[in-house]
Amino acid sequence: MKDTPLSNCERDFLLKAIEEKKRLDGRQTYDYRKMKITFGTDYGCCFVDLGKTRVMAQVSCELVAPKESRPNEGIMFFNIELSPMASPAFEQGRQSELSVKLNRQLERCLRNSKCIDTESLCVVSGEKVWQIRVDVHLLNHDGNLMDAASIAAITALCHFRRPDVGIQGDEVTVYSPEERDPIPLSIYHMPISVSFSFFQQGTYLLVDPCEREERVMDGLLMIAMNKHREICSIQSSGGIMLLKEQVMRCSKIASVKVSEITELLNKALVNDKKARKEGGRCGFAESLPQERITALKMEETSVEMTDATERAKDIVQKADARPQKVPSPVVPVPGVGQVGQGLQNTWGLEEDEDDEEEAEECDSGEEQEEAVTKMEEERHEKEASGEV
Amino acid sequence: MAGLELLSDQGYRLDGRKATELRKVQARMGVFAQADGSAYLEQGNTKALAVVYGPHEVRGARSRSRHDRAMINCQYSMATFSTAERKRRPHGDRKSTEMSLHLKQTFEAAVMTQLYPRSQIDIFVKILQSDGGNYSVCVNAATLAMIDAGIPMRDYVCACTVGFVDETPLADLCYAEEGGGVSSLALALLPRGGQIALLQMDARLHQDHLEALMEAAMTACKGVSKVLDEVVRLHLQEVSVLSAE
Repeated sequence: MKDTPLSNCERDFLLKAIEEKKRLDGRQTYDYRKMKITFGTDYGCCFVDLGKTRVMAQVSCELVAPKESRPNEGIMFFNIELSPMASPAFEQGRQSELSVKLNRQLERCLRNSKCIDTESLCVVSGEKVWQIRVDVHLLNHDGNLMDAASIAAITALCHFRRPDVGIQGDEVTVYSPEERDPIPLSIYHMPISVSFSFFQQGTYLLVDPCEREERVMDGLLMIAMNKHREICSIQSSGGIMLLKEQVMRCSKIASVKVSEITELLNKALVNDKKARKEGGRCGFAESLPQERITALKMEETSVEMTDATERAKDIVQKADARPQKVPSPVVPVPGVGQVGQGLQNTWGLEEDEDDEEEAEECDSGEEQEEAVTKMEEERHEKEASGEV
Repeated sequence: MAGLELLSDQGYRLDGRKATELRKVQARMGVFAQADGSAYLEQGNTKALAVVYGPHEVRGARSRSRHDRAMINCQYSMATFSTAERKRRPHGDRKSTEMSLHLKQTFEAAVMTQLYPRSQIDIFVKILQSDGGNYSVCVNAATLAMIDAGIPMRDYVCACTVGFVDETPLADLCYAEEGGGVSSLALALLPRGGQIALLQMDARLHQDHLEALMEAAMTACKGVSKVLDEVVRLHLQEVSVLSAE
């Protein structure tokens, strides 16, 4: 299904707000949305909520023959599914540009940076190695899919436990989870991607764009780093031209954000470990908030009130005094009524046609008034009949 | 590959170049008669052919045409004989699609597309021999092909791949240097304004080294732009001499 195009006035509104350093949800330019990481019942299943963007990652493993060029290394396979569940714009089965872009970025971010020790995945050199498969499913698209997907993927990899393997001479035994505890993967570092969106030819910059902001942006810069301040991947996309200083500034912001996110990630892993040990319930169903109305209480929405009183006073003082009496309709030409003065037309037409325009506006105004009164009468009738 | 020294103590690389030296660039423009613009570029052992068609009417889906600018369609493919092992899928796989998207993005930034609304410009690039720096060579070849086609651009688009080994940035990586887990940065630059059209980096690099690496990349790109400029001027001289007769 084709996505509904963004209207011009919405686009102008968003761009104007960004120029004034305001965002739709009240965040600052460098703020991330609220992030929540939960785990499923199996090891290796992870859900990430970034604002309303929801992403699920699942890690699975399998014993396969290794690649011929690398006989003693395991295989990592990444896949991001853009299911139509996430957004009506995604189509089932077709490999769209966005799908290729996200898949390649995730591959480069996690595979090329060697975050996992692939040699430890080798069971029998040249014959059997573990193939680790990370499947990321997008459940809800509200902007910044890349960041959510990278966080979900690396968290799932940290959470995953693979079956233990015993080698006796030539025999290889794979123990099931009941026989021997599964062992975690050996992870060197945790690369996390941070996305920056650019507006108005690179003048304005926002971190973690939501879906509306993504639609009006000029371009995107993705920087993947780990908490040791090592840059794992940089990718610029969209047709923007960057300057070196902008890239350096973004990398500094990214390092701060990555350390915050890594802390959150580690905390979530520790909490989950504790919960599992205590035998508590965990899983997707548990992670959804219980919608029980116990009291009429709503979260406070933050509203900017810094200079509200001054501005209100200002407006009241500067406003003209309200006209005391309603202007009576003027009859410029028999059969035509005009109430009030129309606004200046912004169509940019020649002045000769102004008079014609005004006459037409008066006619249509009269018709609209008639239509409105008719609708009101009908509604009154309906209400009367309804009551009876 | 252990034991393969990418940068020796005397400062020489595997092929005898110094750290900031680019490979030898040889190029020809106007290689094909049928295409609006074409170019062949060799950078060391990497050879690429670029062909430009356009601007022409939008083919295929009419809905893709933009009302205020031209759309750029890129296709990147590698010949099956271009790599050491025969390539089974020359185009349509993820890496080629990604490269095509990157090329498209690079040229959308550089070409003055507002001059040709509702039309399409096609760029086809083929790698005949791959020895590292594929993306950069494609961009350079495509720039020459665009100039040959006479499509107005803001500036030359020059690209270079640089790597970081032993605290030194190496300009213009070859295949052996790229493979060894070296952090490589590919940069497409418009030299006069210093604007970056595309920035891509893989493999771990500490944040403090980023600035030095980007500086090295920009210097290398400016070197490439000088070479491309010479090639264009030489080609124009030859063509004008022929047409003057």
